[in-house]
Order: sequence, then C-alpha cells, then structure tokens
Amino acid sequence: MMDLIFPRSVPLACALSLVVLVVIGLVLPEWAMFLATMAFAKGMVALGVVCLMRAGLVSFGQGLYYCIGAYVSGLMATWAGVTDIFLLSFLGILASGMIAAIFGPLLATYRGIFFAILYGTLSKMTVLGGTDGLNVSAPTFLGYHPEGPALGLSLYLFTCATVVVFGGLVRIFFDSERGLIALAIRDNELRVEYLGASVRSEIAVTYVIAAIAGGIGGVISGAAIGHVDPEYAYWTTSGEFVFVAILSGYFSIRAVFLGSIVLEIVRSFSNLYFPNTWQMSLGIFLLVVILLLPNGLGSLLSRSDKSESSQ
Amino acid sequence: MSSALLLTEGVNKSFGAVTAARDVSVAVPSGAIWSLIGSNGAGKTTFVNMVTGYIKPETGRIVFDGADITGLSPRQITRLGIRRSFQIPQLCAELSVLENMLVSQSINRGQKPSLWRPGRAAEHVDEAMQVLERFRIADNRNRLMSELSAGVRKLLDIAMAISGTPRVMLLDEPTSGVAAEEKFPLMDLVMEALSASDVTVLFVEHDMDIVTRYSQRVLAFYDGEIIANDAPEDVLSDEAVQRYVTGTAK
Repeated sequence: MMDLIFPRSVPLACALSLVVLVVIGLVLPEWAMFLATMAFAKGMVALGVVCLMRAGLVSFGQGLYYCIGAYVSGLMATWAGVTDIFLLSFLGILASGMIAAIFGPLLATYRGIFFAILYGTLSKMTVLGGTDGLNVSAPTFLGYHPEGPALGLSLYLFTCATVVVFGGLVRIFFDSERGLIALAIRDNELRVEYLGASVRSEIAVTYVIAAIAGGIGGVISGAAIGHVDPEYAYWTTSGEFVFVAILSGYFSIRAVFLGSIVLEIVRSFSNLYFPNTWQMSLGIFLLVVILLLPNGLGSLLSRSDKSESSQ
Repeated sequence: MSSALLLTEGVNKSFGAVTAARDVSVAVPSGAIWSLIGSNGAGKTTFVNMVTGYIKPETGRIVFDGADITGLSPRQITRLGIRRSFQIPQLCAELSVLENMLVSQSINRGQKPSLWRPGRAAEHVDEAMQVLERFRIADNRNRLMSELSAGVRKLLDIAMAISGTPRVMLLDEPTSGVAAEEKFPLMDLVMEALSASDVTVLFVEHDMDIVTRYSQRVLAFYDGEIIANDAPEDVLSDEAVQRYVTGTAK
C-alpha cells in the first residue's frame, strides 16, 4: 500500500503525481487554480533553495533567478513577440543557467552568512524596465491561444507537468552520487576535499540547478500574473522561498510543493481575515512548524531520503 | 634516495615564532610501514599536513613518485594516491556509516561522480559493505556518528581513506582516544586491511608498544626536526629520543 502512495520508481511517482494533479485541477475553482499555479511556481524556486540547503548553503538571493525567469517571459513577449510558454521556459532555463554559470564559481568559494549576503546583494543589482516593471502577454501553448478559464487551466496543467518533470529530475539528482556528495559537503567539506572531490565544483553545479529551478518558477509566475517588476528580485521575495524551504525541510521534494501551497493558503486567508497582521500570522505558523517539525513537513513523509537510505 | 616513493627535501615551516618543520628530509620507499613519533608540537602532524597539501612548506620540496607535489591542494594530492586519516575522525555526522562509505566510493570510483547514477545503487552498497566488512564495522552500517564508539569512528575514517587505489596512507594517531585494550586489535585490523591494498603506510603514534610492533622504521620528531630515523629498537634506544620523546632517559 505504501509503495502505491509513495512509489520508489521516480517515473512511476511522477506519472502518479501528474494524474492526481490533473484530476484535482479539473475540479478546482478558478481562484484556487491560480493559487495552486502560483504555489507550484514558487515551489520550483524554493526547490532551488532546498538544493542549496542540502549542500549546507543558505540563500537569500534566489529571487534573482525568479526575477530573471519572469523578465524573460516579459521581455521576450515585448521585444520578440514570443508568447509560447514552452519556448519561454526554455529561454528562462537558458538565461538563468548561463548567468548562474558565470556567478556560481564565484559564489561557490563563500560559505555561511557570506554566501547568503553576497547572493542577496547580487539579486539587488537586477533592475529592468524601471521600478514599475512591465506587462507580460498571455501565454500560448504550441499554437493554442486559450482565454478566460481555459487559460488558467492550461497554465495550471503546464505548471503541473513542469513541476512533475523537474521534480523527478531533481529527485534523481538528490539520489545520485553528486547528491550524496552534496549532503557530505553540508556535514564536512574538508573531508570531501580529502576524499578527492572538488567542493567548489559540486557547489557550482548545485547552484546552477537551483538557478534553473528559479528561472522556470519565474517564467510561470510572470505568465500567471501578467506583470513583472523588480520586486521579484528583492531579498524579501527570496525570504519567502527560504521560508518554504524551512517549512518543507530538505528530505522530500513533495514536501517543498506542499509547503509552498500551505504558505499560499495561510497567506491568502491571513491577508483576508487579518489584513494588518498577516505577516505575524505567517511568523507564528513558521515557529510552530520549527518547534513541532524541526526537519520540516518532509519528515512527515515516510519515504524521505533519510529514512530510505537508512533502511 | 631516487628510488623513494615519497621524498621530502629540506622542508621548513614556521607558525610565527614556532618552528613546526626544520629542514625535514626523508625518503620513504614503496611498501614501507613507518611510524612518526614525538611529543605534542614536535611537528608530526605538520609533516602529515604538508605531505597531504593542507599546509604549504615555506621552503623545500615534496616529491611523490618522481613528481614535485609541493603546493598542490589536498584534493590533487589525494587523486595522486596519497591518502590520510585524521587524529579526530573526519566523518559526516548526519550520514550513516554506510552513506559515509558510499560518499568515499562515489568520489573514488575512477570516473567523475554522476548527476544521475544512483549513489545508493545495489552494486555500490555491496562494494561499500565489503570494505566495511573488511574493517569489521559492517554491523554499524545504519548508525550515525553520534552512536559509534571511538574505535569504530577511527576504523570508518581509515576505511573511507582507502577507497580507490591509494599508494601512500598517512594515519594520524590511529589509536588515540581508543580504549587501551582495543588498541592492538584495532591496529591488527587496520594493518590487515591495508596489507590487502599494498599501500605504503606512515602512522603517527604515541604508544611505543604499537610503534615497536607494527613499524619497520621510526622517524622521531623534536622541535620540528627529525632527530632519529632508524629501526624501532635503534630509535627507541637513542639518547636524544629517550630524552625528548619517550622520557625514558636516565
């Protein structure tokens, strides 16, 4: 029974997750579908933070790649008339990956608070299109031009497929030799160097993967909201992704998206019912999670990385 | 001297007013099992740190298998086949014994660690378990570091270091922190495991019984200098060694 709920095979788990998400999407009201789309998009960015957390790094600059992805969707539509979400996603991956490949090796030499501050500072340098930002055209899907509720559903389904495929790839990375080495770096990077691996190279690769996750999340967010502005890159936005990463822990990929949904729900309802104190509500919620589940929501899932490896 | 596998020539290193290595010259032949003795601060660990690239000597050179390795990083030196274990075992505290071993083998499998090849694949686990069994710590496979005895930590530290194809193994105080009655069994186990790898061994040790029993030759350090370099019985009967190292001078 547990194998059916949490399949060990990554392709099977992805297929099952996609089916469940599609079925849920067919019954969700429009407002909830938008909320889920945004939660998954931001969950992608938070997944990047989790990748870095697994290597022992805290990031307050993940908003940089979220912003790059979002601006790619805005600028490509404005400058080149590109609205196809598949092409925009590819370009978002390309842009964030290339920029991360430049900054990754530099940042990989820093640790702890220095990494967090430098990464955060880097994200503040990104200001495009003025402080008002720019509008993003409605996305198209391989020539299909949905409007109204069909647009929301199409974007939701695209987001689910992207989340499932990227989540599956990240799962493979987490379980890979390099994924295992990243966990060792978190614990004892001196020993990893003495075993013959380059800690800097491992971190740079993880940084690029995290950036790509951020870029995809940004493309989807930009398309969903229809507007991008420099606030995407602000450290407070990055703080939200760190919030989700802490909430979910670094054991489970499902938990990251679950954490992102929980955050969106708590924020939406707090904003509605406690408009002046909703941030405090979020803070209290996070404190409760840290106290009761120090390893995050992921520790609730029986098939976490940790428990699987120690069985 | 030229047939030495590991050679240091006129190596010097100071930390402020403290001289940690003073004109250290030594030639270690392939297959040797030598020990390094000396009181605390005599320069033994500095020697190990310089050979393995953690500390760069100010002058002099270190040659391994004919190639100058002075100034190379620990990673580069490890890849050449010079491995080390640590006085305080350097393990990954949040990983299990098996996972620590898998990390070591993932890095030393002869090909670059992969982004998609599973780190915990069945065949990799089998390989890792064989090493753990060789060191007789396989029963601890699922334990975290906080649950292990000092002896098991030491053995795991050494087991991780010999992954791949080590040619020189530097053991920094392999029996320190281990209960007296466990020292000889531990060294028997280590030497048996290392003999299977055909590796040259240099070990730092304070216990003279272990030095006498396991090493073919002894390097005695004092104040950063090698004051004796000979067979164990000759070194331990040396007057300077008795005065400055063993404290047995009459």
